[in-house]
Amino acid sequence: MAELLQIKNIRKTFPGVVALDDVSFSVEAGEIHTLLGENGAGKSTLMNVLTGLYHPDRGELLLDGKQVQFTSPRNSLARGIGMVHQHFMLVPAHTVFDNILLAMDRVPLIYDRKTFQQKIQKIIDEFELDLDLNARVWKLSIGAQQWIELIKLLLRDCRLLILDEPTAVLTPQEADRLFAVLRRLQQQGKSIIFISHKMREVMDISDRVTVLKKGRSIATLERGQFDRETLATLMIGSDQIPQWQKNLQMSDKIVLDIRNLSVRNDRGLADLDDFSLQLKEGEILGIAGVAGNGQKALAEALTGLKPVNRGRILAGEQDLTHSSARASYISGIAHIPEDRKSIGIAPDLNVADNLIMKSFKNPCYRHGIFQNLRAIRGNARDKVSRFAIKTGSDTAPVRYLSGGNIQKVIIARELSERPKVLVALYPTRGLDIGSAEYVHKVITDGAADGMSTILIAEDLDELLKLCDRIAVIFRGRLIGYADPRTTTREEIGLMMSGEKRRIAS
Amino acid sequence: MKLVTERRDISSPLLRFFAPVASIAVALVCAGFLLLATGVNPLEAYREILYESLGSVYGLSETLVKATPLIFAGLGVSLAFRMQIWNIGAEGQIYMGAMGATWVALFSGLTNHWLLMAGMFAAAMICGGVWAGVAGFLRARWEVNEVIVTLLMNYIAILLVDFLVYGPWRDPQGFNFPLTAQFADAARFANYFDTRLHSGFFLALLCALLLYLFMERTIWGYQIRVIGSNPQAARYAGMRTGKTIFAVLFISGAIAGVAGFSEVAGLQYRLSHGISPGYGYTAIIVAWLARRSAVGVIIVSLLMGVLLVGGDSLQMLWQLPIAFIYAFQGLILFCLLAADFFIVYRLKLVRGTRHG
Repeated sequence: MAELLQIKNIRKTFPGVVALDDVSFSVEAGEIHTLLGENGAGKSTLMNVLTGLYHPDRGELLLDGKQVQFTSPRNSLARGIGMVHQHFMLVPAHTVFDNILLAMDRVPLIYDRKTFQQKIQKIIDEFELDLDLNARVWKLSIGAQQWIELIKLLLRDCRLLILDEPTAVLTPQEADRLFAVLRRLQQQGKSIIFISHKMREVMDISDRVTVLKKGRSIATLERGQFDRETLATLMIGSDQIPQWQKNLQMSDKIVLDIRNLSVRNDRGLADLDDFSLQLKEGEILGIAGVAGNGQKALAEALTGLKPVNRGRILAGEQDLTHSSARASYISGIAHIPEDRKSIGIAPDLNVADNLIMKSFKNPCYRHGIFQNLRAIRGNARDKVSRFAIKTGSDTAPVRYLSGGNIQKVIIARELSERPKVLVALYPTRGLDIGSAEYVHKVITDGAADGMSTILIAEDLDELLKLCDRIAVIFRGRLIGYADPRTTTREEIGLMMSGEKRRIAS
Repeated sequence: MKLVTERRDISSPLLRFFAPVASIAVALVCAGFLLLATGVNPLEAYREILYESLGSVYGLSETLVKATPLIFAGLGVSLAFRMQIWNIGAEGQIYMGAMGATWVALFSGLTNHWLLMAGMFAAAMICGGVWAGVAGFLRARWEVNEVIVTLLMNYIAILLVDFLVYGPWRDPQGFNFPLTAQFADAARFANYFDTRLHSGFFLALLCALLLYLFMERTIWGYQIRVIGSNPQAARYAGMRTGKTIFAVLFISGAIAGVAGFSEVAGLQYRLSHGISPGYGYTAIIVAWLARRSAVGVIIVSLLMGVLLVGGDSLQMLWQLPIAFIYAFQGLILFCLLAADFFIVYRLKLVRGTRHG
């Protein structure tokens, strides 16, 4: 096969940071090439180099054997390299057609809607996508929105498609359909760079896998040469991946009783609709569901970010629905990539200031109205070493930390409050395996100490591994419980799509 | 070849210092061409500006006098900026502060100097604070945009003061000028070094110090910083953002109000039409350039003072039109803002062909 793109000895530094040290690999025409690496290994930087956002300090890029430089995303797109970002670049209020048209090259000032529609429809038919051109984007499922992004690239005749964790937001069924489409694209001779943390998918779809570690490409393996263990070892080094025992000895005491909770969103639609859930002491209760079925509203209602329209949140005899005591009773960790700057932290403040965000009124952190800076810094030093947080300088704003380290700051803060209930919303999304394992350990350790956790996650493997019970949420309602010891991925998948109910606990 | 901008990850302290210095140099060169076009030797003109504003006790005192209201108003505006609240109404708050102080000075019946000072100070703070507090309340309660409210309240404040000085408060012995009667000596600040420099300047420095301590050392300042950085996270941590928004705008307006007090008690000794020639608007630029830090506000205010005093002397010495002074000040501000950009971004030349 011909080599479409060769990446040779790319190096890219930022002030004080070597993001890419020495990366080389090549993508052949018609291959699905997976990039694997922990967070901070340099995947995003590399993708930004390929799409022309960053300019490498050193090294060469060869397209069809000729040396090239990508000066902007537009420039790489013109050469046939396109990317589907983790966060879609769509205008939610516009129709599918308008969004696609927006991305097309050389649309005449006065255009013939019909020819363009036919052109797009041809692609939709070709790949058997289920997409209505006149639907408004915000009404579509995440999966359908992803199709739009793909179509945009196909219309630009991209030869190399880069997909950044495309399955992070999809149901297992949707992911399967995506893979079918990717295989068909491959047959047409398109090349695909696929980024994922989910081992199962990597094993399934890749022709070759390149492993990045600390800004270096340390190995490229052909199909047949790799298996889960090899890849995991390459990626995180020789460390053993620890396995955590499920905690089966929870008590029957109910620490949190959610009764008929209803939460409306800004449009007045019900995000949570008559949702009830009981959480036992020391339990890790998983919430499975396709993204956008009310998980976020549940987490936000529980942690006090969203007002509750109807229903009650009870802790024993205490009604926490509108109580300010809730903040110390229920703590929350939210997922990092999306909410890094929106809920967990104050990005402009340093680590020490972020660590005391919930406890700044605590007498040990103040002298009257003044802050006790020594205690605050001492606390920071303690947490930084205990949770192995890698900070640049002590005074650097938290925004400069990597995703995994920001997550650690949040975890350190939330757990220092010794909450009875921890609400974890996609706590490992976008984290590398090492950091994700760390989050798992924190949650299971907490359970052993009697802390109860509501774990909202999209990776079924993660839920099956950690949880004592799994509740499935669909369109804001509880559709049923599954027992991780006896259920299958397929069964949960069906429940997630609302096709199967099972109420039992 | 193509020029692209790239975000710097962390800008070096050296750059932070030199970028503004370099930008002022660029502005001076640009303004130099303007001066040449009017037939004035730029070097002489710049020497004149520096000499007039900093080279003599009188010049220096005038610079500090001009900087005083800017420091107050700049501090007020920067406090609100820290919380991503845009107080565009410092001008109106200055007028209200001046009005409150004047009322105490003329009509309270107090005669003791310190009582008068305390009363004028408090009245100025309350008037300025309430004026901004209205916007704070509307913003906290119904999410009304504070930019519009504070801006429009300026006109109300200015017209209210006009109403008073043209009407009920007009000095009967004032030959119908829009002025109140002069304050008694007890209601005036002390002057220093036989110049117009008055206690207001030192009060402004004290105010900057207190504000710095408030922001960086107290738990309230901490909350303001958290809310300013991320209101969602603050709400999640149990902070009451609504109350804080109101309180911050109130304090912001109160500090700007003190500028009005300082102007009437230290300089004018009476309330008059046009008591502030736009200090409140300049304060927005001051707060922006100061990057919201209290020390920065002092430095930038002094620079502004130099420009104002030096500009006056250029007008007198070479009969340069006022338009030139504005152009000169504009150039310097423009270049400083550009320096801000270069502190965050860098330009890079990229080889490669251009597409599409």
